[in-house]
Amino acid sequence: MIHQYRMNGYDIVLDVNSGAVHVVDDIVYDLLELLKAPLAEECPKAVLEALEGRYPKEELLAAYQEILELYHADVLFSSDDYEQYADMMVASPIKAMCLHVAHDCNLRCKYCFASTGDFGGGRKLLDAETGKKAIDFLLKYSYGRRNIELDFFGGEPLMNFDVVKEVVDYARSKEEEYGKNFRFTITTNGVLLDDAKIDYINKEMSNVVLSIDGRKEINDLLRPAVNGKGSYDVIVPRYQRLVEKRRNNEEDRWQYYVRGTFTKHNLDFAKDVMHLNELGFDQISIEPVVSEDYRDYAITEKELPRIFEEYEELAKQMIALKKAGKGFNFFHFMIDLDQGPCAIKRLRGCGCGNEYVAVTPDGDVYPCHQFVGMEDWKMGSVHDLTVDFKKKDYFAKANIYSKEECKNCWAKFYCSGGCNANSYQYAGDIHKPHRISCELEKKRLECAIMIKAAMAGED
Amino acid sequence: MKHVKTLNQANLKKSAATGGCGECQASCQSACKTSCTVANQKCEHSK
Repeated sequence: MIHQYRMNGYDIVLDVNSGAVHVVDDIVYDLLELLKAPLAEECPKAVLEALEGRYPKEELLAAYQEILELYHADVLFSSDDYEQYADMMVASPIKAMCLHVAHDCNLRCKYCFASTGDFGGGRKLLDAETGKKAIDFLLKYSYGRRNIELDFFGGEPLMNFDVVKEVVDYARSKEEEYGKNFRFTITTNGVLLDDAKIDYINKEMSNVVLSIDGRKEINDLLRPAVNGKGSYDVIVPRYQRLVEKRRNNEEDRWQYYVRGTFTKHNLDFAKDVMHLNELGFDQISIEPVVSEDYRDYAITEKELPRIFEEYEELAKQMIALKKAGKGFNFFHFMIDLDQGPCAIKRLRGCGCGNEYVAVTPDGDVYPCHQFVGMEDWKMGSVHDLTVDFKKKDYFAKANIYSKEECKNCWAKFYCSGGCNANSYQYAGDIHKPHRISCELEKKRLECAIMIKAAMAGED
Repeated sequence: MKHVKTLNQANLKKSAATGGCGECQASCQSACKTSCTVANQKCEHSK
């Protein structure tokens, strides 16, 4: 399978199964549109006849020879040999956890999937004992894995920061005995950040996700505090301070993202990305809201063409900045064509319900943070260290070959089947991808690869 | 080649045989929390 597209003056061909990316000229591009594997040693007559009016015959024959060379090198129309690995997909150790330390929040973001922080189950804070049980749960079920990830999540985790620290201390005290390396991360809205918390986070957390939507008017429209006032003026200086201090960290503890959501209200979200960059941030993620279609901020099919334009615009601006030596990372345009994740990782992506779970303040275990509150999906408890292995197996077997629409999609090795929770919530089944998310993901990948084409030879 | 410039080493197939250790970051833990992209994750062995 190949995927070919034109963008920003580049003719790009992705060979899906090998991962090879070729930048080609028009003649190869047009030939490929007419060719189907398996390729013959000679260019098919019908193909030559179709293009002879546009290109000299000798040029067509020479271009076909190059195509043939790539085909024989297994980097064009290469075969799909991966389904055999999909059949071997079995339950994995549980080695990543989203720990909901607070089902409460001091903001009232209008698009919040967590019902303004309480996930529909009442405002609660995690107690230290339950937090330690969550660590015991990970120690029990992460057999064979050394690297354990724990994201402090909410609601707003800084509302319960003493428990965060107790849980970190407890986990660290167990590392040596169990041969584990805990990697902590935290996702915060920044309102309660102060110097002491910043220093603690920068010392203990391998990644920190700082929520902000971009320009002041955009952020404050959708991310007001409980009293209705915008949060921008409070959080920006705190984020800047955290990042400034964090830059002194060792390599494995410098990572951060300023992370926002765009909605129908800011389809010109490239301006928000650029705004965040102008504030001094160089690790940026701005993502589409996922919601029911009837919400006034919802992204629907109708918005897709405009969003596609905006992603292209953002990509072009980023190329110009990179060429001027002022580049920054945009999470969804980051792609490593040479040393990304292995093919096995790419078969089932997010890992939710299998290697990754979410734990609530009550100690209930869910497949991921997006499933929290859906009682039918509860799959265990940290109090008695139980897991519903039937549910775990169900998620373990979800992969790009178990999802009909993914199997034949050119982007399958890049999104790995997408977000199971979105699929369930908006398409009714974890095996049915959410179409709008798919279309957006494909566009982002095309942009990401185009940026690589534009930067080839310059990096 | 005159008509084609290949950008990468294209080692995805090779990685199927050697990969799958499971030590890399769960993709949802990175920054997204809603919109899954796996290709931007790092392999634990390429650090």
